[in-house]
Amino acid sequence: MALVEAGLERPGWLARLAQEHARVFFFSLGKLARAPLAAALTALVIGIALALPAGLYVLTRNLASVGYSWQESLQISLFLKDSVAEERGAALARELRAEIGVSKTNYISRAQSLADFKAQSGFGDALAILQDNPLPAVIAVTPNRKLGKAGVEELAARLGRLPEVDLAKLDQKWLERLYALLDIAQRSVGIVAILLGVAVMVIIGNTIRLDIEARREEVEVMKLIGAPDSFIRRPFLYAGFWHGLLGGLLAWILVAAGVQALGAPAEQLAQAYGSQFRLAGLPWTDGLALLGAGVVLGWAGAFVTVGRRLALIEPR
Amino acid sequence: MSPPASDIVRFDQLAYRYPGGQDVLSGVSFSIAQGEMVYVTGPSGAGKSTLLRLIAALCRPTRGQLVVMGQNLSALKNRHIPAYRQHIGLVFQNFNLLYDRTVFDNVALPLVIRGYAYADIGRRTRAALDAVGLLNREKSLPLTLSGGEQQRVGIARAIVTKPALILADEPTGNLDPEMALEVMRGFQRFNEAGVTVMIATHAIDLIEALPHRIIHLEHGQITDKRPTAASQLGDRHGAR
Repeated sequence: MALVEAGLERPGWLARLAQEHARVFFFSLGKLARAPLAAALTALVIGIALALPAGLYVLTRNLASVGYSWQESLQISLFLKDSVAEERGAALARELRAEIGVSKTNYISRAQSLADFKAQSGFGDALAILQDNPLPAVIAVTPNRKLGKAGVEELAARLGRLPEVDLAKLDQKWLERLYALLDIAQRSVGIVAILLGVAVMVIIGNTIRLDIEARREEVEVMKLIGAPDSFIRRPFLYAGFWHGLLGGLLAWILVAAGVQALGAPAEQLAQAYGSQFRLAGLPWTDGLALLGAGVVLGWAGAFVTVGRRLALIEPR
Repeated sequence: MSPPASDIVRFDQLAYRYPGGQDVLSGVSFSIAQGEMVYVTGPSGAGKSTLLRLIAALCRPTRGQLVVMGQNLSALKNRHIPAYRQHIGLVFQNFNLLYDRTVFDNVALPLVIRGYAYADIGRRTRAALDAVGLLNREKSLPLTLSGGEQQRVGIARAIVTKPALILADEPTGNLDPEMALEVMRGFQRFNEAGVTVMIATHAIDLIEALPHRIIHLEHGQITDKRPTAASQLGDRHGAR
């Protein structure tokens, strides 16, 4: 094609690309800064949408850590037959310490059980009516931590077959229920995250659509003077990027604020149960992932919208 | 007969029909040599704008051939249209400026699209603004300028890339006579510098003041008739 255009060398494509992206980066940021209220509202909507799954995620993480900490304090209670003498019970407790998978045992005699029960339950007076001590002697067995769930169950079954033992009780039904609930909760987090991720894309897509409509004439002029679609698209994609980034940042702040607000009551609750549990916030790696999710969703939402919208605008 | 190699625009039995079905141009053939300045005249609806829009690849010929700068526009793929359009300077009746950007940014836009280095963009943009006498207004917003000045901004944007071909569609339609003559003189100066210029216009007095070849359209076809000035129409009316 004959060209009079002369006299200027274009920089290499990499330099052109870098210059263009740097230009649009600041240009689109400037656009946002010139309409701070609209930008803030968009960021708020996206932030809330992202904060919901992120908050649920933090909640399930904390519940899971509660579960783990309780699993560590898991005990097998061996209720001894009443016929077993106190000396024999104490000796059995010492013998069991040598068993594989046992880290600690503690013998609690019938008298001690009764004393503990009186002191802790508040039913002491009621027990005084009874003539015999109804409580059995107990050996509390702490399994080795390295023992898995199946290993602990097997140990409990094995100890339950000892002649002195009436009943071996591994009270972990509630733990299993907690894990089942956690599983459901974690899956719900996934589903909620997907749904709200789509919502974020739609929100950003709609924001960009309105933006394109408002700048329809500008797009037409750009097309008239030979701007390729990639050039026209870029500011809108960057706008999506900024919306997503600000939304992700806001979501992070919202989650952190929520953890902060719930931290003290959660600690009180934990103390009431004699636990050292403290509410954990979003680790910074997950926070960065949240920002990344915002950016990717923002960019994608803008991309889907811009491609369709720009094709509809043809210069008259 | 093969056309001379110096033809920059060549219409060959070209027809254009609106998607609705109305014929706008039919059997139009002409060519424009490199470095020519041409007026496209004719009554409203004769197809002047369509002629320029076809050259700018803003619409596609229905039949016939259109070759611009060696490029057969029927064979031009959609995705290559932006690159093609960058070789043409377009000037519009309603200026088509971006009103939220300064004069400088408006004129610099075609260079930004092409990805020149910023130092070069600044130099070229100021040269173009200087050529239309608006160097002192580079930081102004278009709406603070008069109509004539806005059109000069539009012209600066069209010439900043030094295109081989400038297409102007009623460039003086929104201007008062003095400004209009000034704008037309500007086009003539660019033409003298070697740029091919096509101007669709109604302004007979300007054509008479700055005579160049005329392509006159009536009912979508080229005729030998010549545009009539408003004054003559008045005379004829009075003679009856």
